[in-house]
Amino acid sequence: MSHSCCGAVACATSGQRKIVLVGNPNVGKSIFFSSWSGIYADVSNFPGTTVEISSGKIGEDVLLDTPGVYGVSSFNDEERVARDVILTADVADNVVDATHLERDLFLTLQLVDMGIPMVVALNFCDEAESLGIRIDARKLEDQLGVPVIPTAAVKNSGIKEVFAALPLARPGLCHPEVDQAVTRLLDRIDTRPEALMVLEGDEVVAERHGVDPEKDRERVYLLRRQKANEIVAATVTRPEKSARLRDLLGRLCLHPASGLLILLAVLWGCYELIGVWVAGDIVGLTEETIMQGHWEPWIRGLVNPIVSESSILGQILIGEFGVLTMTITYLLGLLLPLVIGFYVALSILEDSGYLPRLATFVDRLMTGIGLNGRAVIPMILGFGCVQLGTITTRILGSKRERTIATSILNFVIPCSAQIGVIAGMLAAVGFALSMTYVAIIFACLAVIGTVLNKVIPGKSSALLIDLPPMRMPRPANVLRKTLIRSFFFMKEAYIWFFAGSLGVSLLQVTGGLRAWQELVAPLTEGWLHLPREAATAFVMGMVRRDFGAAGLTDLALSPWQVVVSLVVITLFVPCIASLMILFKERGVKEAATVWLGAWVLAFSVGGILAQIVL
Amino acid sequence: MSLCELRHGQYATIDNISDESLRVQLLRFGITCGSKVRCHCKLPFGPVVLKFGAQEIALGRDIARQVAILPLA
Repeated sequence: MSHSCCGAVACATSGQRKIVLVGNPNVGKSIFFSSWSGIYADVSNFPGTTVEISSGKIGEDVLLDTPGVYGVSSFNDEERVARDVILTADVADNVVDATHLERDLFLTLQLVDMGIPMVVALNFCDEAESLGIRIDARKLEDQLGVPVIPTAAVKNSGIKEVFAALPLARPGLCHPEVDQAVTRLLDRIDTRPEALMVLEGDEVVAERHGVDPEKDRERVYLLRRQKANEIVAATVTRPEKSARLRDLLGRLCLHPASGLLILLAVLWGCYELIGVWVAGDIVGLTEETIMQGHWEPWIRGLVNPIVSESSILGQILIGEFGVLTMTITYLLGLLLPLVIGFYVALSILEDSGYLPRLATFVDRLMTGIGLNGRAVIPMILGFGCVQLGTITTRILGSKRERTIATSILNFVIPCSAQIGVIAGMLAAVGFALSMTYVAIIFACLAVIGTVLNKVIPGKSSALLIDLPPMRMPRPANVLRKTLIRSFFFMKEAYIWFFAGSLGVSLLQVTGGLRAWQELVAPLTEGWLHLPREAATAFVMGMVRRDFGAAGLTDLALSPWQVVVSLVVITLFVPCIASLMILFKERGVKEAATVWLGAWVLAFSVGGILAQIVL
Repeated sequence: MSLCELRHGQYATIDNISDESLRVQLLRFGITCGSKVRCHCKLPFGPVVLKFGAQEIALGRDIARQVAILPLA
């Protein structure tokens, strides 16, 4: 098992070497990855956003990036993923944070004890220097027994040097006591890294070799911790006073009063950026002026002489829901600017180090719904794209937490594209009604979370999180992340848009749309008090949620009708793409429950509201 | 006395961590029995944030309750 290829990870055939990047979260591994392989990898300043393994090629060799971990073991899925990649490494490049050496050296020494040939990239040297931290890299090299190269990856300094040092990678100086114990196991377990895992009581690796896990984990960890502390004492000199401004800023984010103010300021900033500027000004330009003003007349003029707009094919191509008219306009004029705006905001929050502090800040609230503060990451990513949020629930500690988080994501969290449309529509109905909408959605979130927390047996795990230093986000990094993420998102999303609008076009030309509107008319008109055309938005919403929301913008609705329809569309079923991910991650039963439950929830809550206000 | 009772800015040494899995996870961060830590801040009913060396770690209340400490003046 351990020698077979690990699933999605690129296979190394004989003759190829596997070079694996290993490090704690936020140490900049991904920058090394992308500059060596030329392929993009996500760089983030938050523990736990890289669940997938990126792989690339360097000449004949395979380069693999692993999720950031504090050690090689099996405390969560990310560690299990990282462990299995590291166990098959031929060469390891261990990236460490020079400003956090006492934390990072634990993993370094564990890799040394595994006997994997390695080099150490001592990253953030520029930052350490500006903080007055002095590290004797030569001495560190002597103590570890492997090459140590100072780098400042974000400034592109030292990356080539580490690459050049890869041929010099060698096994480090193993702790003598650990070495003895591991060697004793080698007659039963074929590789040294795996023997160390068994010695440290890793049940999965032990089972693969048909042996019982040893019980020496704590003893080995203690020895390693002591050695790490000794090495730090011998090689690092710190100034008496630490950087006050960053410290203060970090603490302000956590203080109940100032933390709330900062959170509100962040939310307000996001709203101004995405809701007002992008959804208003930018989309006004791209959707109305460029796409509807220039693109649609042009493409109609081009297609019309060949295929008449009144024919069936013409309807499908350039009609009201045409794939060349509406779909292209929505994709490029509406969705793209919104997605870019959202990713800019997320990247800034990530790189600044604010996200883990936000996780700490909201921890108390999250425990009320059976989650801990870490769950704020999938939730926030869910605001970007529910699929992304659902996948990221893997970082949560237990199955119970994953179920609660995915349910909340798929029931109540609107995705970025949908938020853009919703924000645009809310802007027209005024502050009071907008807040009513927000309050209703929050109430649903609280009720669903509380009920699931009561109903699902077991206990959720508590927060234990490392707070990285506050850093000034680098515009180039934010821009790079935004562009690549937007590109990948659009690449994933566009096909569902075409499929969706094609489906709706077909419904329209076959009269199916009218039939559907008639069918649910009692529900739309009688129960929700909305125009019957709103039913079209619900069909579209099943394909992509923002399609649903965007379908409402063309209807003449009163302010309260806007609120009702937005509540329904927000609580309505996740889009097809999210549903696929939900099936994959949580199984058929859970996914089906969520999907059917969303119908009931959306129409019940929307209907009750309509009965009260309309 | 547990970490929960530590006041803002107060120093303490770690005395005992009863749960084995929590003990080794904290060990990896560098917190062991005998480590000196400072309460960096404390959220009402929420996590306790510890500072030691240059590191900051947030521990949820449920975890903080399991960490026994000896407060330093």
